[in-house]
Amino acid sequence: MSVSSPKTKAPKGGKLTAKAITRRNTIHGLGFIAPNFIGFIFLILVPVLVLFYIANTKWSAFGDPKWTGLLNWRRLFKDDVFRAAFVNTIVYSVVHIPLTLAIAFALAVLLNSKLKFRSFFRTVAFFPYVTSIVAAAQVWNMLFDAKSGVINQFLGLFTDNPPAWLGSTTWAMPAVIIVATWREVGYYMILLLAGLQTIPTELYEASSIDGANGWKQFWKITVPCMRPTLFFVLVTLTIGSFKILDLTLVMTNGGPGTATLVLAQYVYRVAFERSDFGYASTVSLTLFALCMVVTLIQFWYNNRKEK
Amino acid sequence: MTAATVDFTALAGKGANPANRPSTSDIPWNKQKTSPLKIVGTVIGYLGMLCLTIFMVLPFVWMFLAAVKPNNEVFMVPFKWLPSVWHWENYINIWTDSNMLTWLGNTVFFAFCVTFLQVFTGSFAAYGFSKIKFPGRNVLFLIYIATMAVPWQAYMIPQYKILSSIHLTDTRWSIILLQAFGAFGVFMMKQFYDTIPEELSEAARLDGLSEWGIYRRIVLPLSGPSIAALGIITFTNTWNDYMGPLMYLRSPSLQTIQLGLKTFISQNSANYAMVMTGSVMSVLPILIVFLIGQKQFVEGIATSGMKG
Repeated sequence: MSVSSPKTKAPKGGKLTAKAITRRNTIHGLGFIAPNFIGFIFLILVPVLVLFYIANTKWSAFGDPKWTGLLNWRRLFKDDVFRAAFVNTIVYSVVHIPLTLAIAFALAVLLNSKLKFRSFFRTVAFFPYVTSIVAAAQVWNMLFDAKSGVINQFLGLFTDNPPAWLGSTTWAMPAVIIVATWREVGYYMILLLAGLQTIPTELYEASSIDGANGWKQFWKITVPCMRPTLFFVLVTLTIGSFKILDLTLVMTNGGPGTATLVLAQYVYRVAFERSDFGYASTVSLTLFALCMVVTLIQFWYNNRKEK
Repeated sequence: MTAATVDFTALAGKGANPANRPSTSDIPWNKQKTSPLKIVGTVIGYLGMLCLTIFMVLPFVWMFLAAVKPNNEVFMVPFKWLPSVWHWENYINIWTDSNMLTWLGNTVFFAFCVTFLQVFTGSFAAYGFSKIKFPGRNVLFLIYIATMAVPWQAYMIPQYKILSSIHLTDTRWSIILLQAFGAFGVFMMKQFYDTIPEELSEAARLDGLSEWGIYRRIVLPLSGPSIAALGIITFTNTWNDYMGPLMYLRSPSLQTIQLGLKTFISQNSANYAMVMTGSVMSVLPILIVFLIGQKQFVEGIATSGMKG
């Protein structure tokens, strides 16, 4: 820090010691940060820290939390609904992540080419992302209608036995994944496109002079150059998949049975339908831990790369 | 946070100016014969684009058409795209059949308040983090960044308990406070302020401008595009937020469009056309906002790589 450099001298020309300048800068700096920071502390930082305490307490709708030690955790391990929610979250992520990544990457490559209509296409692909969950879920629910929905009428042309989608325990999750992919693909497409556009065109030109075709260029130039972006997108996508909540809440409400119940929705259910805030926090903490693992992997990867 | 550092001018350049950069192959005498493989590739490209456009757009088309269909045609077998009678009056009836005006009014109010607070406090704090050097600055910023990785879903319960302990649930304040102080805004604005050369603020400091003056007269006027980006992203997020209002708002007079629409859907589940009309009403304003501010929106996302 160059606090004592003449550049940061006091404006009025009076000589200030380094200490005084540091003090003045601290006051000014904190002053600028304060309006946001105060809100941030109360609404985000404190809740995050308090979570660790509440997760080990019993806290119903009224009264204060009572410390129960590891009781909640013992309950967690025996809780079948929790296990179902955990498995569903993982299943959702395992299918949703590669699907979204593959489509988003393909779209980004298309948009980075010289095809016509691509700016129109970029706009269109982004529409679902700015659409509200409630409206989107309602439209898709109607499209997925087992008897007279558009999708099953279309599938009925090929098969006599189209899936019952949201009414069936096997097909509800695929339906949710389709909608989630439809909604998010445009967002990740933009991130990947930003990455693609940092690749110098000279690389492609040089390689095409050397006789490399598009397919080879894709694997030998695009993918290696995109590794940092791809990794970042993967992390964002993974955390985004783990924390999915409003889509399943509106589309299926976790049903049928627990077929589409995910972790975040189980948190919501335990807290607001059973007023069991202590145990809900315990479930929250596992969601927290899940996301932290992904973030730590990201840190580890970035550090390793910098070495 | 690798992509966060992606230079968005690349995207802006391409996005804003679709004219292709001249490359060596564009010069006539350099032109190679187009190989059949390339033609196949182009065809596949267009086909892929067409298929995905259909996948993206059809639900919207269906929604807009269903909104003006007679109710019994929404789920007709075999289904028809176009209504036999166009019921445009659905768009008039929705105002009397539901509390649409209240919902829209509340949502617009929340969206403006949150956007204003987020942009104002966010750019303020970003200036502190980016342009003023003081001990502890990096630690504070690290705390911001660290909490960005924590999903809201994980701390929504303690947050709810804190806000309800000071009796803010079911008030307008709950939604405003909930959305306005995200680390996202600070992070995004700091990304931008870091690109403003240090010399500019240093020179102003030498000329005797106060920190507030530098922020007000130099940094703020330069940050129009990024403020627009943050503003439009925050506006959209607040407009589309469903979980916040669902958890905090009970009184019908405070309901937002998302919450109101959900209530409307459950009360009129058989009135398909009307439900779709309501859905269109909830989507259309934000689609228009998006179309107007598309450039800023997309650039903002590409720069920060994160949403709220």
